[in-house]
Amino acid sequence: MRLTNLSGLGAVAALTLGLVGATAVEANSGDTLAAVKARGELLCGVHPARHGFAAPDSQGNWSGFEVDFCHAIAAAIFGDASKVRFVALSSQQRFPAIQSGEVDVLARNVTATLSRDTALGLNFAPPIFYTGTGFLVRKADGIEKVEDLDGAAICMAPGSTTERNVAQIFAARGLTYTPVVIENNKQLVDAYVTGRCDALTKDKAALPGVRAFDTENPDDHMMLPGIYSKEPLAMAVRQGDDQWYDLVKWVTYATFNAEELGLTQANVDEMKASDDPDIQTLLGVIGDNGTKLGVDNTWVYAIVKQVGSYEDIYMRHFGPESPVALDRDQNALWTEGGLLYGFPMQ
Amino acid sequence: MTDATPGRAAKPPARRLKDLIYSEFFRTVIYQIALAGAVVLLGFYLYQNVVENLSRQNIATGFGFLKEVSQFEIGETLISYSSRDTYGRALLVGLMNTLSVSAAGIVVATVIGFSIGIMRVSSNWLLQRIALTYVEIVRNIPVILQVIFWAAVIRNLPAPRQALELWGLGFLSNRGLTFLLPVADPAHAWMLAALGIGIVAALIAARLARRHREATGRYIDMLWPSVGLILGLPLLTWLAFGAPHELSFPERQGFNFRGGATISPEFVALMAGIALYSSGFIAEIVRAGIQATPRGQVEAARSIALRPRFILRYVVLPQALRVIVPPLTSQYVSLIKNSSIAVVIGYPDLVNIGNTVMNQTGQAVEAIAVMMVVYLIVSLVTSIAMNFYNRLVAIKER
Repeated sequence: MRLTNLSGLGAVAALTLGLVGATAVEANSGDTLAAVKARGELLCGVHPARHGFAAPDSQGNWSGFEVDFCHAIAAAIFGDASKVRFVALSSQQRFPAIQSGEVDVLARNVTATLSRDTALGLNFAPPIFYTGTGFLVRKADGIEKVEDLDGAAICMAPGSTTERNVAQIFAARGLTYTPVVIENNKQLVDAYVTGRCDALTKDKAALPGVRAFDTENPDDHMMLPGIYSKEPLAMAVRQGDDQWYDLVKWVTYATFNAEELGLTQANVDEMKASDDPDIQTLLGVIGDNGTKLGVDNTWVYAIVKQVGSYEDIYMRHFGPESPVALDRDQNALWTEGGLLYGFPMQ
Repeated sequence: MTDATPGRAAKPPARRLKDLIYSEFFRTVIYQIALAGAVVLLGFYLYQNVVENLSRQNIATGFGFLKEVSQFEIGETLISYSSRDTYGRALLVGLMNTLSVSAAGIVVATVIGFSIGIMRVSSNWLLQRIALTYVEIVRNIPVILQVIFWAAVIRNLPAPRQALELWGLGFLSNRGLTFLLPVADPAHAWMLAALGIGIVAALIAARLARRHREATGRYIDMLWPSVGLILGLPLLTWLAFGAPHELSFPERQGFNFRGGATISPEFVALMAGIALYSSGFIAEIVRAGIQATPRGQVEAARSIALRPRFILRYVVLPQALRVIVPPLTSQYVSLIKNSSIAVVIGYPDLVNIGNTVMNQTGQAVEAIAVMMVVYLIVSLVTSIAMNFYNRLVAIKER
């Protein structure tokens, strides 16, 4: 009797699952923002430990450049930058996590590429950080350019754009190398530090963190000069929810435009009284930008007040005083020779 | 059922249905079919759901990606491979690496496991305790920690420039074990053929010797003639080809060594980790097998003055193997599956490469499905081969 009951149960379970499962994850316009508001917090996919971009401190509080962009989105939606839950994702986990709806947005060192945009069902917001493939090497080895790495063992993470870029960089120059591909970041860095590999390759922006925090004596190591590939790092959302995509995109532009108009976390309150119509529109004193995006009209004020302009965010994590200081180079405003160009917010 | 009385001649029609439901035939066949049908339907439904949701989210599906160009390099390959080959070939490279590290691991685990297992039942107190300590250590530390431990040990060996020289035969460094290798020569293929012929000849000779023994009762020791056949034939071939003895010596050059052959640190660390872990279990299986042979059998064999070697070979082993082989099979299968720990230390096995493929194409469902099916096939083939061997060594009831 027991067995027959069970088989009946199986059939019922199959039917029930059929009814429930049919309404699985699907991104329609408006769904994500409504879900985030109902949940009361934003789920943001970040790197588990990349100094400068995203890393938890000893109390478990996340900080970093990309972490701040998650805070900026939360500030725009809730008027409260703290309403974010961070989900640490490995490079393998990141795409299934956004596809399945486990996170609302990925701010996890994702390079925007054509195949990711199409085959993965993603949409990329404007890049928030421009970088390229970099190589960390030991000074004692006398390596000065990538050609000197012929025959070297090179440590890298699996499934990254870096893995492909290195293959192309070396093939184009007729060089050979032995890839040592390790997913676990700790093991990867350890393999380089102990000398298993002659070079460690990652995005250029990620290497100063390794050099500063993971090597015994940072002065023994150096990054190869020159840019060998394009790595525009951008926030990614699921395809199909245009409203959510718009919001993430314009939060990004808002940080660019805030810097361009001279707004900072420190002066935003007094600037609110400015007569400049651009500033008034941006801060929601006039116009209805926020309403159009489905959030409060003071959304940019909340972003700048609680998180900051692009400059504030950049200087906080990569400024001269930070342990992973990086020159702004391409990550400067277009008016200063960089690539950051915020679309007009009219 | 309480009102059912046996031996009633005529049953009202309503009872027939109930009888049918409770009949043995109905229960064994119809319910089984219904359950199987439900499982198939559920599987089909889940599949449909995945396909539909993926296409609704504009995520690529299907196995077409296997034919696309991979654009990434792999550190160790047994077959030719470059970044211009396909994802399918990259996965094949990963499978070959999985198989090679598993095969080496099985050999090492078996040799160590049998040695330790025999030491466990030794009458020498010291040997017995050493074996016990070994088993308790390797069996009770998670295999992933053992693999990481060996990886760390090897990484902390000296760099190639300060590599340890092994009596002029090779080098040991954090780039692995590099050793000299004879320069490829046509004689090698013939020597391999001679080795095959030697093994076959030794087997035939052994069989003839056994027939002779069974017919006449006179024993011919075939140990040394066999060794002579197996080693002598290739040696004669080598001499016949003018004894080509050019060797490729590894030399320090640039970052690494040129010439010779290299076993990578990841291969050694992974192989050591999974093989030593399994060897602890195999040792216990062997001990159990030996102890399962009744003591009287050994004593009887001794009483008829059988040599110790023959006691092991003709009395103990045939009875022990039938206890040893089935659990040994599951150890082999679990060793193969443990090789997927490669991903932690960066050995390019099937899972490591599958991860990369998954990430480059974004087709997680398909990539995982490929890996699961491949592991299933490899494990099943191992089981079938071991079951075949089990049938060979099992006691034949006559």
